[in-house]
Amino acid sequence: MKVNIAACITEPGSSERNKTGGWRVFRPVINNERCIDCGSCWIFCPDASITREENGEYKVNLDFCKGCGICANECPSEAIEMVLEEK
Amino acid sequence: MPHKDVMHGSRAVAEAVKLCGVEVVAAYPITPQTHIVEDIAEMVANGELKAEYIMVESEHSAMSACIGASATGARVFTATASQGLALMHEVLWIASGMRLPIVMVNANRALSAPINIWNDQSDSIAERDSGWIQIYVETNQEALDSVIQAYRIAEDREVLLPVMVCMDGFVLTHTVEPVEVPDEEQVKRYLPELHLPHVLDPEQPVTMGSLGDPNYYMEFRKQQELAMENALRVAMQADEEFKEIFGRGYGLIEEYNLENAEIVLVTMGSLAGTIKETLDALGDDGVGLLRIRLFRPFPKEAVRRALSRAKVVNVIEKDVSIGFGEGALMTELKSVLYGSGIKVLGTVAGLGGRDITIAHIREAIERAKRALHGESVEEIAWAGLKEEAL
Ligand code: SF4
Ligand code: SF4
Repeated sequence: MKVNIAACITEPGSSERNKTGGWRVFRPVINNERCIDCGSCWIFCPDASITREENGEYKVNLDFCKGCGICANECPSEAIEMVLEEK
Repeated sequence: MPHKDVMHGSRAVAEAVKLCGVEVVAAYPITPQTHIVEDIAEMVANGELKAEYIMVESEHSAMSACIGASATGARVFTATASQGLALMHEVLWIASGMRLPIVMVNANRALSAPINIWNDQSDSIAERDSGWIQIYVETNQEALDSVIQAYRIAEDREVLLPVMVCMDGFVLTHTVEPVEVPDEEQVKRYLPELHLPHVLDPEQPVTMGSLGDPNYYMEFRKQQELAMENALRVAMQADEEFKEIFGRGYGLIEEYNLENAEIVLVTMGSLAGTIKETLDALGDDGVGLLRIRLFRPFPKEAVRRALSRAKVVNVIEKDVSIGFGEGALMTELKSVLYGSGIKVLGTVAGLGGRDITIAHIREAIERAKRALHGESVEEIAWAGLKEEAL
């Protein structure tokens, strides 16, 4: 890939190609059994890493999730657990 | 028609800004630069120059506003000095990193503390690695001409880098000299309209100056270095074409009395005038002067060529790298001349506006002569230093 002059970004959404989930220490794991579909994790995630699937389940996009734990902290029904990343 | 007038260096710069049809000026006053932006403010207020004049609360903001304006494709100008330039430091790198062809005049002035409003060149030398092209001028005429050339160089598609035109504070800014002001039509012919290839345009949105992670940062820096290399060629062409149209040219370096000179004094800026006077009075063709006009990019090849017959060089400069014991120009000269066998001496002079007299120049020549005759001499001398005051 050629670097544009002044590192200009000329197409929208190109940051999606640059996976930034690599420095996570804890990974959120959603227990959809406990989830009450309030949407708080989806709203609060600073990285838009939580998606709501068609069937109403919530999923984490680990390509971008930084493991900050905000979703787990905000979840009113303790449906999200932060689990240590181990290879 | 071009017309001749007598004017301060600061006025000469303002005239150049007007001739270049600058569209945005953002500036904050600081001695000894203030007259430049005051004169421009007057030109804008009375309709002589149709530009947006942005008054800002600091030099950091002045450069930031220039960056924003330049990114929209406008031709922009600012001027500063000393502490003002130091306050801009962070954003200077952003201007050059975003490859914006901003032109700025720096009225060279010493840095605090202690407060000193007088001339030396430590302020702009400290910014030598910021990715800005740097031109040091000798006269008011050259200041005017160099601002016009600066836009031509900065806006060239092979370059796209900001240019700092450095003129000695007070020595030039506040001194009246005869100056020929070119004709507007001539300048139009010389300086085409600016079409910035990367520009903020709502029709074609781009993100500028965003993240450059370790995967690409080095390539991005290398691009800047390549642009600087291009700038050498472009600056040379810009000067040659300038000469064709306006009848005046300066080169990237100036060689004075160098044909047979074994001893060469090297300097930048207005001090070259004093040195020329001294050499003329001396009438010795064994002593010459090399004036570095373009400091960044550094014209290494041209300097080597100009010094090919030299035996001893004495670099007289108004800056010192504290902790390295010598001025930056001397260090660079030694690097450029490495392996040539030419002896490089240094003279730190004129810090904080200390007068550099003909006697100091003679001393520098004498020291070089002693070195030429094989005597051991001080490598670095501070001209006119009051030892008893240390
Ligand atoms: S841990 Fe942080 S980044 Fe990851 S999904 Fe939860 S809120 Fe988003
Ligand atoms: S915050 Fe908890 S309860 Fe609310 S949607 Fe997310 S996982 Fe479900």
